[in-house]
Amino acid sequence: MPEMIKSLITAKEEKEPSMASNEEILAGLAEIVNEETGLAPEAVELDKSFTDDLDIDSISMMTIVVNAEEKFDVKIPDEEVKNLKTVGDAVSFIAGAQA
Amino acid sequence: MARKVVITGLGATTPIGGDVPTMWKNALKGVSGAHTLTDDWVEKYDLPVHFAAKASTPATEVLSRVEAKRMDPSTQFAVVAAREAWKDSGIEEVDHDRLAVAFATGIGGVWTLLDAWDTLREKGPRRVLPMTVPMLMPNGPAAAVSLDLGARAGAHTPVSACASGTEALHIALELIRSGKADVVVAGGAEAAIHPMPLASFAAMQALSKRNDSPETASRPYDISRDGFVMGEGAGALVLEAEEHALARGARIYGELAGTAVTADAYHITAPDPQGLGATRALKAALFDARAMPEDVVHVNAHATSTPVGDKPEYTALKAALGDHVDNVCVSATKSQMGHLLGASGAVESVLTVLAVYHRLAPVTINLENQDPEIPLDVVTGSPRELPEGEIMALNNSFGFGGHNAVVAIRSTGPKVELS
Repeated sequence: MPEMIKSLITAKEEKEPSMASNEEILAGLAEIVNEETGLAPEAVELDKSFTDDLDIDSISMMTIVVNAEEKFDVKIPDEEVKNLKTVGDAVSFIAGAQA
Repeated sequence: MARKVVITGLGATTPIGGDVPTMWKNALKGVSGAHTLTDDWVEKYDLPVHFAAKASTPATEVLSRVEAKRMDPSTQFAVVAAREAWKDSGIEEVDHDRLAVAFATGIGGVWTLLDAWDTLREKGPRRVLPMTVPMLMPNGPAAAVSLDLGARAGAHTPVSACASGTEALHIALELIRSGKADVVVAGGAEAAIHPMPLASFAAMQALSKRNDSPETASRPYDISRDGFVMGEGAGALVLEAEEHALARGARIYGELAGTAVTADAYHITAPDPQGLGATRALKAALFDARAMPEDVVHVNAHATSTPVGDKPEYTALKAALGDHVDNVCVSATKSQMGHLLGASGAVESVLTVLAVYHRLAPVTINLENQDPEIPLDVVTGSPRELPEGEIMALNNSFGFGGHNAVVAIRSTGPKVELS
């Protein structure tokens, strides 16, 4: 497992049990991306860019964002979406928004 | 002289077959695609009609999950049928700037629209999917087919209720004749087996209420007919300038010899009892095909099985064909697959083309006591052999709004045996 993922996971694991860990967020996002685009969940890795690596267009991105909001019970403002360039950005934002 | 337009590819997904070979085999056998609906919304809303003719192969079984997700069910059917027609045409190379689409729908993306409205009310605007509008728009099927095949000479969407699918062929013929395109994928799609349209059609007493016997509910020309049966699906035809088809050595099913569209300007839903608009459409289609009434050997009738609709069509056929109407055999294929609304004209045109190609008229089921006021020669029991030599068949479609559309298909060769 890459060090970055390990550190993200350990950073969140001690938090309240009702919140998703970073690993759970990644797995949940991968599921949402798979549902929307058909990409294999294991292709959805933290360092992957939504547009350049995963070929996700703006409409799919908005659908993914709305589904993530529902799944993780967070708000992701529209103006924030353009900052979510990689899967890792999204995982960090969701983790932060849950805290 | 106008360019001749020929038919080189056929596709369909219907209540009696998820592809053309299955549909045709069943159309000759005479089966019903109508069944009791098992959806929970039938009971939930206490709908007065408990049955319909659903597509025998769900489009989601043919398309990938991700493809299907971005398409309303009507568009899913359109893409399934158009892909089959395109493959069937055998076209390998085409000038995409000379390839057009004319794909109709009667109602459009009703499932998408109403699901999104439920989502808005229950969960708020944030949960309304960004793809909602492109999925519900009536040009969705035409746009999706254009995108799928790379058709860049225009993607047209005739919307004329139950005449839409036949009007698509009218537009396609004009596109090729006028030189704006060399190849057109024309068709119609509908997916409206949803509680709202069912409730609306039932409210206007247009649907059969034969809940205890769905298979015998669609009974055009029968004295006991009590309304149409809702169907769903799509039909598609690849139409090609004759010289384009000949240059690539294509298999040619027949010629789209003439088309016509008229309007009743009589009533928003009721057909003109004298069938004047339909008569004008029939005469105009024959004129457009440079044909005489005597050339016609077969008609795929609109014949929806409503008490008020079936007779004016006979009146119109009699007025347009004169005494020759007695020599024409008529198939009412909605008896088998129900009424596919905006797709019906396209699917029935596919059947009409096959009837000319194989010289076999499909059967009409459920005709037990023929209405004496409609003394047509209806094909029942087993398929009817059509004569040798050059023949012509017509397909009629009429829609709410007083729309009348007729296409004339002419044979381009001798009978082709069923394989």
